[in-house]
Amino acid sequence: MGAVGWAVIAGRRRLLLGAPPLPALIPALLVGAAMLLPVIYLLVRGASASDQAWDLLFRVRTLETLWRTILLIGCVTALSAAIAVPFAWLTLRTDLPFRRAWTVLAALPLVIPSFVGAFLYISALGPKGLLQSALEATLGVDRLPDMYGLFGATAVLTLLSYPYLFLTVRGSIANLDPATEEASRGLGHGAWSTFFLVTLPQLKPSIAAGSLLVALYTLSEFGAVALLRYNTFTFTIYQQYEGSIDRSIAALLSFVLVIMAVVILLSENYTRGRGRYYRVGGGSARKPSIVKLGRWKWLAIGGMGTVLTLALALPVGVLMFWLIRGVGAGEPLLLLWSATRNSLLVSGAAAVVTAGMAIAMAVLLVRYPSKLNRALEPISFTGYALPGVVVALALVFFGAKYARPLYQTHWLLIFAYAVLFFPVALGSVRSALLQISPRLEDAARSLGHNPLRVMMRVTLPLMRSGVLMGAALVFLLTMKELPATLILGPLGFQTLATSVWSASSEAFFARAAAPALMIILTSSIPMTLLVLREKRTLK
Amino acid sequence: MSEPPNTPLIECRGVTKRFGDVVAVEDVSLRLMPGEVVSILGASGCGKTTLLRIIAGFEALDGGELYLQSRLVSGSEHHQPPERRNIGMVFQEYALFPHLTVAQNVAFGLHGMSRDEQRSRTQDALELVRLDALHARYPHELSGGQQQRVALARTLAPSPIAVLLDEPFSNLDAGMRQDVRQEVEAILRGKGIAAMFVTHDREEAFAFADRVGVMSAGRLEQVDTPGELYRAPIRPEVARIVGDCDFLAGVAHGEVARTEIGSLPVVCGGGSVADGTELILMVRPQDMIAQPSAAGDCEIVALEYRGSETMLTARMPSGATLRCRQVGFSDMARGARVTFSPRNSTPFLAFVQSQ
Repeated sequence: MGAVGWAVIAGRRRLLLGAPPLPALIPALLVGAAMLLPVIYLLVRGASASDQAWDLLFRVRTLETLWRTILLIGCVTALSAAIAVPFAWLTLRTDLPFRRAWTVLAALPLVIPSFVGAFLYISALGPKGLLQSALEATLGVDRLPDMYGLFGATAVLTLLSYPYLFLTVRGSIANLDPATEEASRGLGHGAWSTFFLVTLPQLKPSIAAGSLLVALYTLSEFGAVALLRYNTFTFTIYQQYEGSIDRSIAALLSFVLVIMAVVILLSENYTRGRGRYYRVGGGSARKPSIVKLGRWKWLAIGGMGTVLTLALALPVGVLMFWLIRGVGAGEPLLLLWSATRNSLLVSGAAAVVTAGMAIAMAVLLVRYPSKLNRALEPISFTGYALPGVVVALALVFFGAKYARPLYQTHWLLIFAYAVLFFPVALGSVRSALLQISPRLEDAARSLGHNPLRVMMRVTLPLMRSGVLMGAALVFLLTMKELPATLILGPLGFQTLATSVWSASSEAFFARAAAPALMIILTSSIPMTLLVLREKRTLK
Repeated sequence: MSEPPNTPLIECRGVTKRFGDVVAVEDVSLRLMPGEVVSILGASGCGKTTLLRIIAGFEALDGGELYLQSRLVSGSEHHQPPERRNIGMVFQEYALFPHLTVAQNVAFGLHGMSRDEQRSRTQDALELVRLDALHARYPHELSGGQQQRVALARTLAPSPIAVLLDEPFSNLDAGMRQDVRQEVEAILRGKGIAAMFVTHDREEAFAFADRVGVMSAGRLEQVDTPGELYRAPIRPEVARIVGDCDFLAGVAHGEVARTEIGSLPVVCGGGSVADGTELILMVRPQDMIAQPSAAGDCEIVALEYRGSETMLTARMPSGATLRCRQVGFSDMARGARVTFSPRNSTPFLAFVQSQ
């Protein structure tokens, strides 16, 4: 029986004697409250905003920034889909050689923080960059096409965020029932026509879900757009926060940002419509047919090769260049160790805390359906709609006012990460739990184990891979996170991400290289494991 | 146990369970005595699985009381959790723990015992179901029948006071079903373990139960021995559930009822009735003999040859149909005219037409 089947049973007759156990209820309620903090902050700030702040909000420049942000989101999302869907199909359903290796490589650009990517592309292709110096010395070219602005921002963000879509779409292709495609072939449609008439429509929900991720991350994007001089809403908020005494302007702008995120969320819901069910409703045991690419194989390899060269080989190559040059020039590496340690510690802690919170919430939502859940479920996903800048501002406000001992500590920072990345962890933990038949827990109860022991001995071991996946994703995202770390980090606290940021914004490329490479290396390991594990669990 | 033999292991008194507006189980009273096997027969959705889940403790009651060995375990004020009831349950999909081996699955309910005792009890349970050789396998490495036996061993290992089985054979293919059923029965009977199982398969319910409870729309209509249930169902609905039958309208007249195919001897479930009372007669396919007759006012509309017998379906003058089982091959053809007569002198069971 598929996950939907279990969910239906759970909804109808599970309700194990009413009240959920406190070990699930209390953390879940705390999470719900934590998720609401930023929203409350925005309302409080907005209500106390001065007329001057309101005037600023409706300036022409604000509207311009809004439009620029929407334009960027549209371009990045559309281009990402154009790359991700063929990639997913090629790596799962064709006779492309080395499909496993292509899969891992195609997912890896996700570990490159976008602001790191931006600074690498600028240092390579920008004015006075590596390419231009090389061309100037040999051919006397002294101008390259401008890579700042919409073009550069779209290119960089697409290359680094299409993997969100790639991974989502892959999951859904693997779960497709091959019988529908065979039926279409049997009704006289060729391979192409089948793909467009049968396969693609079935992928619509996952394309929408992946596009949602890409759009939301583009919306909350901060470092890359700043470096590429394409000011979007998020960066404007940060500037206001840094540069103005009146914090309510930043809050009002944040409110607009949250509204945009909510609009994106709602439009994804609308696209998905009722198509959601078959996607989670279990795949088939049969292996789908593999399409022989024939002469198209070279085109496929060429296309994927080009994208991966730009998205992976180029940034890493430039990074190596700067690293070697920096070490040669005697750039000290000492700072690197403390930053690495800090990054690993906060990311690890955030992963553990967030996964733990996600387990409590998932158990409550899936196993103890109640009216309370109808409120908790949407609240759980507000993190998606809250960009890092907004969460950080809210926690600065509450921390300084009501939680002085926590303010400027690692704890508040980890809390911010947990709020930001909770939806990601909840998503994978919950889908793991949905696949476990509640009958297994019943069986354990009737064999004499109390609910807590059932959780420890049956439920948790069975959902382990989903929990690990959620924790790994949170780890990756925390390693890359910049705005919340900049705003909330204790004084003098440097992570790898902030080290790169402070060096690259001052154009000390050589100094930024070592921490940037460190982020990429430490994140690549869990990322690779994740992709390989995904293959195992899908089969 | 030191309980006197007459104490029921399980006793439901007026048990009622609602899910929202839907009454899943309504006013069910039932007993399971030591060593007894009771089956609950009913269509899917009739509430039989919910009844088992109530007894196991997975569902709380909305009305009535549940006693295990004369101890109140579920009532309006009281609910003992499933882990403290010591009732074994075999689930329809077996619910074996996929992350544990066969031996670990069986030992799962033996916590709190010494390691040696756990080992020897696991060993005993696996020997009982003849699977001791497969103790190191994982559930997905077993066939359906083997999984079923592991589930049974796991349930029996902690020596429960009774075993509940939810559609225990429905996941097996038809060829295996009978073998596994006989094996399970032999194990339960051999150890004198009391069991209650639910099924929608009439043959299964009759084959290995001492008593059968017929459930329909949440109500337990009748509980009786298989023979009595078949012979004397208390309502037409029960008659239909426990065996193929047709209903024939008739009017009481002394010891007989006048029907469209002639006067037939009847006996009424509720005793004698006044002449002229409208009755419904239960007619099983083997109760009648069909004879070809050009003057007959019934017409054969379907013939199904089944090897050892032929099932005839005839349309009576009123348009209603009547089925009749003939031994061996019948040379009658569709469209043939027939008359019906009782095969023997046993009176037909009749119900007073109430609605």
